[in-house]
This record gives sequence, C-alpha cells and structure tokens, in this order.
Amino acid sequence: MQARAPPPPNPPPQGEGENLTESLVLLVPLLAAAVLSLVSDYRRSARINVAASFLSFLAALLLLADRPAAGQFFAVDDLNIVFILLNTFVGFTTSAFSASYVSHELETGRLAPSYLRFYHAMYQLMLFGMNLALIANNIGLMWVAVELATLTTVVMVGIYRTHEAIEAAWKYFILGSVGIALALFGTILVYLAARPVVGEGIDAMVWSVLITRARDFDPALLNIAFIFLLLGYGTKVGLAPMHAWLPDAHAEGPTPISAVLSGLLLNVALYALLRFKMLLAANPDAIAPGPLMIALGLISLIFAAFMLYRRRDIKRMFAYSSIEHMGITVFAFGMAGPLGNFAGLLQMTMHSLTKSAIFFSVGHVAQVKGTQRIAEMGGLTVTHPVLGWGLIAGVAAIAGLPPFGVFTSEFLVISSTFAREPLLAIMLVFGLLVAFGALFLRVASIAFGEPRGPTGPVTASYVPMFAHLALVLIAGIWLPGPLVAWFQHVAALLG
Amino acid sequence: MTHGFAFDVAHMLAGSLVLVSIAMLYQDRLYALINVLALHALVLAAAVGWQAYIQQAPHLYITAGIALGFKAIVIPMALRRMVFRLGIHREIETVVSIGLTMLAGIALVALSMMVMLPVTAHADPVAREDIALALSVVLIGLLMMVTRRNAVSQVAGFLSLENGVNLAATGAQGMPLVVEISVAFSILIAFIVIGIFLFRIRERFDTVDLQALDAFRGERQ
Repeated sequence: MQARAPPPPNPPPQGEGENLTESLVLLVPLLAAAVLSLVSDYRRSARINVAASFLSFLAALLLLADRPAAGQFFAVDDLNIVFILLNTFVGFTTSAFSASYVSHELETGRLAPSYLRFYHAMYQLMLFGMNLALIANNIGLMWVAVELATLTTVVMVGIYRTHEAIEAAWKYFILGSVGIALALFGTILVYLAARPVVGEGIDAMVWSVLITRARDFDPALLNIAFIFLLLGYGTKVGLAPMHAWLPDAHAEGPTPISAVLSGLLLNVALYALLRFKMLLAANPDAIAPGPLMIALGLISLIFAAFMLYRRRDIKRMFAYSSIEHMGITVFAFGMAGPLGNFAGLLQMTMHSLTKSAIFFSVGHVAQVKGTQRIAEMGGLTVTHPVLGWGLIAGVAAIAGLPPFGVFTSEFLVISSTFAREPLLAIMLVFGLLVAFGALFLRVASIAFGEPRGPTGPVTASYVPMFAHLALVLIAGIWLPGPLVAWFQHVAALLG
Repeated sequence: MTHGFAFDVAHMLAGSLVLVSIAMLYQDRLYALINVLALHALVLAAAVGWQAYIQQAPHLYITAGIALGFKAIVIPMALRRMVFRLGIHREIETVVSIGLTMLAGIALVALSMMVMLPVTAHADPVAREDIALALSVVLIGLLMMVTRRNAVSQVAGFLSLENGVNLAATGAQGMPLVVEISVAFSILIAFIVIGIFLFRIRERFDTVDLQALDAFRGERQ
C-alpha cells in the first residue's frame, strides 16, 4: 500500500552461489522422477515416492541451517524458505496419502499399473517444478518452473481419461497456458523496465538485483507489467474471474493431486505474484499494487462463498473453498503492512495444511462411497467414525472456528482491516459468514443422519490427515515464539 | 546500414505479423487456417532473424531457426495430419460473426498502441514498436481462442499468442538466452501435451469440437 523504505543494502550477487544444499531440494525430486519412470512395480514406486519426498523435506530443513549465498539463478531468503518448507512438507505427507489412495484405485481398476508408473514420475517432476519456482532468483527461470509445474499437473488431472477428466484437463491447460503466456509478457516488460538501469544481460532478470534497483525503474512500464503478471499468475492462483479451471481440475483429477493443487501450486503462483508486488512497492512512483489485489481477493472470496451453496460434488465444493481462501490471502497481502502480511502468511500456511488434510479425508470418503456426489453420502460419523469426525474437524478448521489456526489468521486479517478500512472488513466478514454457512450445511448432510451409500470398511492412512490437523490445532492454540518472530520478519520484508 | 533502415525493416516485419494475425481471424476453413498459422511463424522467423542481425545477437538466430523449422513446418504438418486422420470437420464454427471479430481485432490493435506507446516513450524505438505490435498479436491470439469453438483453431490461437510473446522477447534487447530457449522448448512440450489430449479426445468422442466437450459443465444433476 505504501511506498516502502529501500531494503537493507544487499550486495548484488555476481558470482555463482550454487552449492550442494541448495541443489539438493532440486536434485532429489529430479533424480526420483528419473528412477520412478523406470520402476514398474507400483508398491515399490509408491515407497520410493514417499522416501524421495521425505528426503526433499529433509533437504529443505538443511536449507534452514546452511543458507547459501544468492546466485544468478538460485537464492534462498527468509521469504521463500517459508514456501519451500511448506511445499516439501505437504509434498511428503501427500505422497504418504497417495500411497494408500492409489492402491485402492488399482483394486477398483480405475488406474492401470502402467499409469501409476507415469503418475509417480510426474508427481516428483511436479515437486521439482514447484521447488525450482520457489528457489529461483531469476524471474525467467521462475516462469519456466511455473510452466513445468503446470504441465505436469495438467497431465495428472487427465489421468483417469474419463470424459470429465479430459475436459477438466483441457480447460486447465488452455486457461493455464493463457495465464502463463500473459505472465511471460509481464516478465518481459519487467526486463524492459530494468534494462536501462541494471544494464543488458542476465542481471536484469535476477530478482535480488532488481529489488535493490527497482526505485529507478520506469514506473509506467512496471505498472503495465504488474497488470499482466497479476492476470497471468492470478489465473494460476485461482482468483475470480480467472478461476474457471480450478473446480474442474480439483474434482476430476486423483485426490492427491487435488491436495497438492490446493495446498501447494496455488501458493507457488501466489509467491511469484508477491515477488513482483515487492518490486512495485520498492518503486515510489509505481501504482500501489494493494487495491488491485484487495479487489480481486474480495471478488474471489464473495463469489466463491456463494458458489459453495450449489455444490453437489464434494471435491468441487472444497475447490471453491480454496478459491475463497486464496481470496482472503490475496486480500491480506493487498492490505499489506506488517499485520496484513503476517496474517496473509499465516492464512496461506494454515490453508495449505488444512485443505490438504480435508482432501486426504475426502479422498477416502469418495473411495468408500464410490462416488463424489454429496447426495449419495450420509451418516459418515456412524459408519466410519474416524473418517467422519476427521472430516468434521477439517471443515471446522477451514471454516475458521476456534481453536484451529485458520481462526487465528482470519481473526488477524479482519481485525487489522477493521482498524484501517472498516467497510472492507464488513465485506470480508460477510463473505466468511456466507461460506461458513454453506460448508456446514453440506458437511452436516455428509456426516450425520441416515447412513447412505456403501458402508464398507476403509483402508485409509489416517496419519497424514491427523498430522496436518494437529499442526493446525497447535498453531491455533499456541504459535511458537520463533515462528512468530520469523513471520514478522518476512512480513516486514514484504512491505 | 543506417539506423533508420534497420528500424524500418523491423517495424515492417512486426507489422506484418499483426497483419497475418488479423488474417487468421477471418479464416473459416481449417486447412486455410493452418496455412496462415505457418505464414505467421514464417513472418516471426523473419522478424526474429532481423532482430538477431541488427542486435548482433547470434543466439537469436536459434530462436529464429526454431520458429522456422518447428513452428512454420513441423507443427502445421502435424496439425494437417491430425485434421486428416481424425476426419475433423473442415469448417470452423465461430461463436461471434467474422465481421464483429475483425472489428474487435482492430480495436485491440488500437488499444495496444494506446497502452504501450506512451509507456515505452523512453525505450529505444525498435523495442518500443516491437512491444506494442507484439501486444496486439498476443491480444488477437486471445481473441481467437475466445471466439473459436474448435479445438484445433484454439490451438492455432494459442500458438499465435506464443508467437507474439516471442516477438516481445526478442524485441527486448539483450534479454537472456535462458528465456528464449525455454520458450521454444515449452512450446514443444505444450504442443506434445495438446497432441496427446487431442488424440485422447478422439479416442473417447467423435468430435474435437469443444462445444461437445462442454456438455459436461461440471455439475451433473
């Protein structure tokens, strides 16, 4: 919102700072993808997938301890390490969920073993793409990585090869590609703005160089670039009115992919947007990116909240809930300021953890019932108490009920908005209440009442789901001091 | 070699690309559309090649070569084969009438001039014109994707959009090679994916017309 003081003098990196810890987050998934494309036994490949995802998470933890210097292509700073940790953690837990999910899909014959080999290789390639986008210090490389992550998810959304899955993948592909093309155009414009100041060549695309020089850039060019970037990456964030791909892609793909789409890929696009927002904030003459983001965030929130009422498909419903939450997050980052950014970061983290936990339980529910239609599910707490109550806990968390972490973050967003723009806060609360009502209306019919649909036993792995919910619960009750300090520091960086 | 001449040729080539984009809008036969798409890539190759020459940036010749070999020859051939093999209807069904689409296309060109020229006043003239014209190509590509129902013509719209982005990338002097190569590669990947999808669509349905695909709007009652 406001022109920010220049960042601390950060010597522009010239040399190559690439070292081993940095490349581990990239090498592990890349190697795993190569190995998995050769393994045909699905049990073994599922295990390798889990192990590789766990190793990536360890590699991300290593980055905490040993942070390499920024280079021309890669950099780790306080902002992206939050995203990398979250990305690798949810990537790991989802791979554990995926292992139990796909074995059921094989039994029911929805997926052939040869497809699973492909699926696991693509899963790691997608993690590679997302990690690359997050760790990239080069806006061109970041763009390539986002495109790679998009293409791999497109293929996975279409993996069931049903009529609906193909339509969903096609829609996702076309809208995603258009978004990505617009983002590239915006990236080129940023380069054009940087060239007279930084000079020709690679340095004019290195983010850590750009941010130190951004205040001398041509503001008019930066403005137009940001519009393109907002539309382009905003499509990938799932902001209304560019969200059309999101519900289809979530509903028709395998559930582990729904979990990583909601929990991770939306964040990666948001991260790209935040990087460019920081560039604009560093330039005193450029437009304030805040109002644009606030407007798109509010539209997404209120639109998605109303759309929640008419959902008949359980995964589609939670996809709309993701649009709603990305709306809140973008809104919070648009409000900016230390409190707004802090709330945005917390909201994003909590949403990732909660929404993937919900998709874990929804995946098993849909497998038990053999359908995704809400009308054909019922009495889940009676027939499958653990699954049913897990789903209720997840929905309570995502709807923003205390004592879960989403309550904390939404409360922070609302209270910080009330202090500055009461009118916006009222709209925000309105959207949240509408969504709250819709979610409970639907979940009540799934969890309680007469048992409907098949009531067979479930072979689910509850650990990932409850691990996520436990984290969200702990965050709601007690945020550790170092984490708060860390997020506050990042919030200050975001301006 | 005066600066004026270099600029004139660059301007002419970029302008021709916009012209071919407009020409794409009124094609109502698939084969003709594919021919125009090939011409589009050919003009792009010439424009990029000229940029490589005046900027003395030899790596841009690679981009030009990719545009020429891959986008002007391989892709149109593959598309033509696909249309033939799949027995797709040769006529393109449009959503909006051609006259209106043309008017919208002209409006988009005017819009991009009005938006980009004042903004890039400080940039050097070659880059300035290139970016403005490239934006028109991008917008016309978008328009084409919106107004066509047929999957093949949507792909054509997307490729022309990518050509516009490519033109912008080469017009921005000294833009690092990383990006250009990756753009070319991503188009390759993108095209393979599209190809796979088209064949899958063929496997399951009897049409590549997206209207038929849209029968499923997500929520079955």
